[in-house]
Amino acid sequence: MRYSLIEWDEGWNSIQKSMNKLNRVIEGLSETPFDAEDFMMLYTTIYNMCTQPPPHDYCHQLYDKYKETIEQHITLKRLPSLAEKHEEFMLQEFVKSWERHKVRVKRMSHCFFFLARHFIPSRSLTNLEEVGLNCFRELNLRARVAAFSLIDREREGERIDRGLLKNVMGIIVEIGTEKMDAYKEDIEGHLLKSSGEYYSRKASSWIAEESYMDYMVKAELCLRREKNIVSHYLHSSSEKKLVEKVEHELFEPLANAFKQKVSLEVKALVQQAKDHASSNQDFNGAYGMQEHVLVRNILELHTKYLAFFSDCLIKNYIFHRALRDSFDLFWNGPVAGSLGAELLAAFCDNLLKNDGNEKLSDEAAKDTLEKVAKLVSYMSSKDLFIEFYKKRLIPRLLFDRSSNLEREKSFVTNLKQKLGGTFLTSRIDKMVEDMTWTQDNKTSFSEYLHSNPNVNPGLDFTVTVLTTGLWPSYKPFNLNLPAEMKTCVEAFEGFHETKTKCRKLNWINSLGTCYINSNFESKTIELVVSSCQAALLLLFSDADRLSYSEIFTQLNLDHDDLVQTLYSLSYGKYKILLKEPNTKNISPNDSFEFNSKFTGRMKRIKIPHLPLYETKEVIKEVEKDRRYAIDAAITRIMKKQKVLDLQQLFVECVEKLGHIFKPDIKTLKQRIENLIDRDYLERDKENHNIFKYLV
Amino acid sequence: MKKMRRSAIKAANKELERIDAFFNTYANMSSGLIDPEGIERLCSDVEVDHTDVRILMLAWKMKAEKQGYFTLEEWRTGFKAIRVSNKYALKKALPELEKEVRRPTNFVDFYSYSFRYCLTEEKQKSIDIDSICELLNIVLRSQYQAQVDLFVQYLKTQNDYKVINMDQWMGFYRFCEEISFPDLSNYDPELAWPLILDNFVEWLREKQTQS
Repeated sequence: MRYSLIEWDEGWNSIQKSMNKLNRVIEGLSETPFDAEDFMMLYTTIYNMCTQPPPHDYCHQLYDKYKETIEQHITLKRLPSLAEKHEEFMLQEFVKSWERHKVRVKRMSHCFFFLARHFIPSRSLTNLEEVGLNCFRELNLRARVAAFSLIDREREGERIDRGLLKNVMGIIVEIGTEKMDAYKEDIEGHLLKSSGEYYSRKASSWIAEESYMDYMVKAELCLRREKNIVSHYLHSSSEKKLVEKVEHELFEPLANAFKQKVSLEVKALVQQAKDHASSNQDFNGAYGMQEHVLVRNILELHTKYLAFFSDCLIKNYIFHRALRDSFDLFWNGPVAGSLGAELLAAFCDNLLKNDGNEKLSDEAAKDTLEKVAKLVSYMSSKDLFIEFYKKRLIPRLLFDRSSNLEREKSFVTNLKQKLGGTFLTSRIDKMVEDMTWTQDNKTSFSEYLHSNPNVNPGLDFTVTVLTTGLWPSYKPFNLNLPAEMKTCVEAFEGFHETKTKCRKLNWINSLGTCYINSNFESKTIELVVSSCQAALLLLFSDADRLSYSEIFTQLNLDHDDLVQTLYSLSYGKYKILLKEPNTKNISPNDSFEFNSKFTGRMKRIKIPHLPLYETKEVIKEVEKDRRYAIDAAITRIMKKQKVLDLQQLFVECVEKLGHIFKPDIKTLKQRIENLIDRDYLERDKENHNIFKYLV
Repeated sequence: MKKMRRSAIKAANKELERIDAFFNTYANMSSGLIDPEGIERLCSDVEVDHTDVRILMLAWKMKAEKQGYFTLEEWRTGFKAIRVSNKYALKKALPELEKEVRRPTNFVDFYSYSFRYCLTEEKQKSIDIDSICELLNIVLRSQYQAQVDLFVQYLKTQNDYKVINMDQWMGFYRFCEEISFPDLSNYDPELAWPLILDNFVEWLREKQTQS
């Protein structure tokens, strides 16, 4: 028997009728059940409509109608019934609807199952069940409004039906299949936004009313609550996002307010110090009581606020950044980054040298230096500080001005701990080690002299042995040492050979310090001078008056060095030598005479050495080191990545060098160009913003 | 067929002979090269100045390696390409050559060639500011007069750079091509422009606000 063709209208009418019955059954409104016969009828009709020859094959129309029918049911029936209820009641209705919806979709998809056999797979369409379940998303908006209002009520401290919310969220996760599209799009995104707004409002009212401490306590409570919310009724994948969002909204305003407040305090301190300092001199290397007080205050301020955050349970980089930025004003001197770095190094010097103007107990000094190390770890130009520190460390160690080697060591250890990388601290670390060697060998040297009386020069002297390469390269003066000093040198060389065979000693006369008792007419004064000064002065023990050329031949010094030495002894505060003629410059025709009438209140006089350092020179040195560091960073990054654009390269460089200093884009560009010049990199021919690594 | 091919080869050989003869009128007999003096003569024969951009274009066509000298090989490459074997034909061919070079695809190549051509020493990678200014005037001024004039002015007043390298040289061409002038509205210093152009733009902006 041949079926007669079913026209669309006719077929669809019959399908609709059956489905209406099915609906009533699901809603519990029908007295007669939807039995096997009903199902067979519906299935057969659909089967026939799908298998008729074209143009009467209605697969596509049926597929579309299937979806349409479910959608209609949702908008015409479910939506209005949700709309009349509110909050919990509405959500309860939502849950109930979902249960029925699932049943409906399941049964309907059975009826339309023939579509799933050929039509759907051949066109890779979404399967019937998923299409049906997805229609329920229409209701998500309603549910979201109600759910969020419940969440907000919980945030305000009310008790809500968490189980219900958990069900609702569960449904929404279920709708979106594996990828959870529905949950992510309909709930999560909106939740983050509304939570952000909620906490941003809270933050601005708290910032106006609460103390920082109360604010933090509240913020902490909020965070705990949000985590609770997630664990009780949101999907676990939302936790990180939500917590981050809330942290951002709560902490950012506090961090900003905090930064403003601390910046103001820093500004006040700097201003105060500036006002105190005499008006004509800004801070420029000169380190006096004012500067010392300033650094001390800055240090205390930093310690105070650092402690504030360590006490809080919440550790968040936002606050550390704020704390770091607050001190910008202190760090930024006349040359970017120099003021604070230089003053802080001078401050350390003051605590570590034996004639500093603040005498502290070991305990107090240790404590202060620990604070300094912490402050340094918050600097952006750590390298600059280390360079200034080194410049002051060297004379401290070499000219015996350090109060206590243990203190030096413990501070270096502090720095190592705080700065991490060995790159910054390894040199100062090894310098201090050199001094330790010297100290450790002091006793064994005197024992050596004791047991070898024939080489004992009879003078009290010590030698500091420095490792080549660690220290600045000093000029080995061509100096004819006086006989007394020569015997000392020979004695030590003999001793050193017993200690180690394969190391050669080079004597750096420019760094020596001598204590000379000088008999002036009124009294004997102990002069503390350099080896050169000493050698020169000793010439006058045999002669009252010497010409420049006589001194020149006897000492064998370079002219420049000789002039400088003569200058230090015949000009300035202490005129030990009198120059003839008494003019401002030293010329080869001058002659010199020992000033036997010299006198002073002191028993011991220190003739000044050369200036410590020039700030500008230090900055130049640091800039040079930075150039090397940037070059190395760029090549290392590019070797790995091969191709990068300027912005990515910049970000990677900042990441790599941030613990030492923060490179700026201009210097980076300059270094890139230099590397292009040297054929390490090339610019992409098409896109000039991209650089390529050349092997 | 065979005959025709043979006659074509013959004609080509004839042509080559004429090109070689043309070469020999200017070549220095002892070195076998056309040296600066020979180039000078060639210029006066075709009535152009030796600093004229068209001579540089000729050198580009010959792929000449060394400034001020043409080898026979280079001469053949160039003149075969423009099908010229005497001074009259050359004079006539110059405007056509210029047109060819000015075509955008050729011009970039010519522009970078002009820089390489000026590198006279081995391992030399950069050119001093004065020469660069001259080269800019010859090569680029006819197209970008305002940019070139200002850049030359800038180069002569600044103290940061004594020489210009290839990257900067090509960067300036891209600058002329891409940057709206004189408003500079699409110049973004965040992009990887050579630093010298950042500085140039800064200098320009300062100059504009002053006036």
